[in-house]
Amino acid sequence: MTEESLPPLTERLSALRWLRQNLFSSWGNSLLTVLAAWLLWVSGKSLLIWTFVDARWQVVAANLRLLLIGQYPAEQAWRLWISMLLLIFLTGNSLGLWTKSRKFLAALAIFPLALALIPFEMEQRLWLLGLALAGALGWLAGHSAGARTSSRSGTSRAFENVVIVGWLIWIPIFILLLRGLTLEGEGWMPLVTTNLWGGLLLTFLLTIVAIVVSFPLGVLLALGRRSELPVVRWFSIGYIELVRGVPLIAVLFMAQLMLPLFLPAGVTVDRVLRAAVGITLFSAAYLAENVRGGLQAIPKGQFEAAYALGLGGFQTMLFIILPQALRLIIPILVGQFIALFKDTALVSIVGLFDLLGIAKTVLAQPEFLGYQREVYAFISLLYWVISYGMSYLSQQLEIALNVGKR
Amino acid sequence: MISKSSVPFWRNERVLQVLGQVIFFLLVFLSGYYIYSNMLVGLQKQGTTLGFSFITGLAGFDIGESLMEYTRESSYLQAFQVGLLNTLFVSGVGILFSTILGIILGVARLSANFLVNRLAAFYLELMRNLSLLVFLIFWYLAVFLKLPKVKEAIIWPGQIFWTNRGIGIPWGIPTDSFPAYCWILFFSLLLAIGVGYGLYERGRRTGRPPLTLLWMALTFLAAAAIGWFALPRPPFEWNFPYVKGLNLSGGKIISPEFMALTSGLVLYTAAFVGEVVRAGIQSVSKGQVEAARALGLNGFQTLHLVIFPQAMRVIVPPLTSQYLNLAKNSSLAVAIGYPDLFYVSSTIINQSGRAVEMIALVMLTYLAMSLLTSAFMNWYNQKIRLVER
Repeated sequence: MTEESLPPLTERLSALRWLRQNLFSSWGNSLLTVLAAWLLWVSGKSLLIWTFVDARWQVVAANLRLLLIGQYPAEQAWRLWISMLLLIFLTGNSLGLWTKSRKFLAALAIFPLALALIPFEMEQRLWLLGLALAGALGWLAGHSAGARTSSRSGTSRAFENVVIVGWLIWIPIFILLLRGLTLEGEGWMPLVTTNLWGGLLLTFLLTIVAIVVSFPLGVLLALGRRSELPVVRWFSIGYIELVRGVPLIAVLFMAQLMLPLFLPAGVTVDRVLRAAVGITLFSAAYLAENVRGGLQAIPKGQFEAAYALGLGGFQTMLFIILPQALRLIIPILVGQFIALFKDTALVSIVGLFDLLGIAKTVLAQPEFLGYQREVYAFISLLYWVISYGMSYLSQQLEIALNVGKR
Repeated sequence: MISKSSVPFWRNERVLQVLGQVIFFLLVFLSGYYIYSNMLVGLQKQGTTLGFSFITGLAGFDIGESLMEYTRESSYLQAFQVGLLNTLFVSGVGILFSTILGIILGVARLSANFLVNRLAAFYLELMRNLSLLVFLIFWYLAVFLKLPKVKEAIIWPGQIFWTNRGIGIPWGIPTDSFPAYCWILFFSLLLAIGVGYGLYERGRRTGRPPLTLLWMALTFLAAAAIGWFALPRPPFEWNFPYVKGLNLSGGKIISPEFMALTSGLVLYTAAFVGEVVRAGIQSVSKGQVEAARALGLNGFQTLHLVIFPQAMRVIVPPLTSQYLNLAKNSSLAVAIGYPDLFYVSSTIINQSGRAVEMIALVMLTYLAMSLLTSAFMNWYNQKIRLVER
């Protein structure tokens, strides 16, 4: 550090000059400004009036539980809260461990508390408080473990492994809690059949299962497409191109109508499972193409260096190539997962009660017949907030983890 | 030197590769065969067999909108064709308008005007994070079906009726001079091509390419307009929509389903096209723009002659996948009841019970459409690619 470089000089503009420069620099520009301002005024005004005056939001308030968890029995809802507690604790752990930014601590604590401002009942508010606490505690635990690790000590390595294993076992725990531990409808944690899973819960579940299962499938397909064995290569190419050429709804129909036909007589597959299979098979083909893009970006020297060190083909892939390729495509993968989340709405066409499907049943109730605008606006908002949140989080994570700068 | 015989065959890499492929092939083949035989057994239990002979049978259901002759006495095959035509029509119209809107959005997103820039950015963020299906249903149920009844229609100047039964617009009806006008249009087209060729040659000779396409279009329009007034009576007569009982009549009535599907797809896809266009324009290095300005080109010339030709190379591949997405997403018509390929096919499945054959047919049709579009866009991409010495 011999000399400090000063930032370049910036111009300070007065408000009037700023206006002049950015909005009214020429005749054409002024015209555009006026046009845009008019558009903003007209659409913004009617939107605000509708939102705060005309819209009858009581339909959403009356059906909030239905929209969020479907017909899942209310007295069993504590299982969902427990899974959420575990989820937010793990999230806090990971964020505290791998990023140094305090922004995430604040977000984890504030977000559930903000939700508690919505007029829920006392019980839900207590759970939300618990969520905030779990998130903050998780972050603090992860952070204190991560703080000791500037020199990458053994304990932090162990802690990292614990967090990774935690993520892996969270999913089966979530599904088990959701489903119940007994075979019949009795006992401490009775069975809740899948036809009662619905609303945002089902949307989330389908997304998570599809991501987790289609990821390894996609990696395998991508490797198969680059394989030197022609049979494997042509199989992968055929699968990827076939699936990418047809719409998801056709795949879902096939899964609903034809999966039972493909299996031996007497074997029945749950409807939710069929939809999950369809989405997974569909998304695997798209993931494979993304992974292939990452693989192609790895220079040949990496392979040669790995071979020179005496690693075999399998080891080279697993320890040298894949970690680099996957890190390159993290933003693309997140985009893919967001698209997957938005696409799960299609299962409502084949008769499942996900967020969109349950919205249709809400609107079928006689007392809420003409409320399409309010209900669909609400679930659009939910989809939007979650998708935008995911992409925002991934951008922040990229900055925090320095993905682009390695 | 190691002789061949010293490597046992289970360590010989070539043998292993062949063996591995044979095993992989057998696995795929056997599981395929297992699935196939299960399916045959299942179908037998339902009392049907595989085969496409049903497709000439009587359809027996009505289709709301059709671009060809269709009645309930037509065959399943004809119903399928109606669906295919509707899908192609929606995709074509959708691609055209989403490209136009997308380019406008992409350029607006990079505008120096603060308000225009922010407005475009807001629109892109809003649309890209919505779920298309939810948006389409909202657009159909909460916007187009909530338009006023026919009796209280909103009437725009030029006799455009907005009602919940559809949108009525004035439409031309061919008169007896219409065949003659077709010939005039044909000759105008020839003339325009001639002008275009002449300009192209001149541009090559002088090195100053004129706006060939613009002049071609102007020539064509001028010739067509002269022909229109030269004929003893105009080839088209305006037919205005009007209210008749509880329905609209006359003119051209565009159904709410078609309007909702097409405009919804356009509004959604345009956001993605806009991002593609923005990325393409930003990929052209700033030096190119500065060099163009230094050579004395004005703003429009810079965009037309320098930025777009270079940006196109970046834009075309992702644009192709957006077009393909739009065509595939048009199958969401099934959720709002527009009779596209998928909707008609699912009706056929319900009527005939032939799920396996119809799903195979639908998938093959979409696959063929996708492959044709990719082939065309690849050809175009080859044509505009950077020619290096």
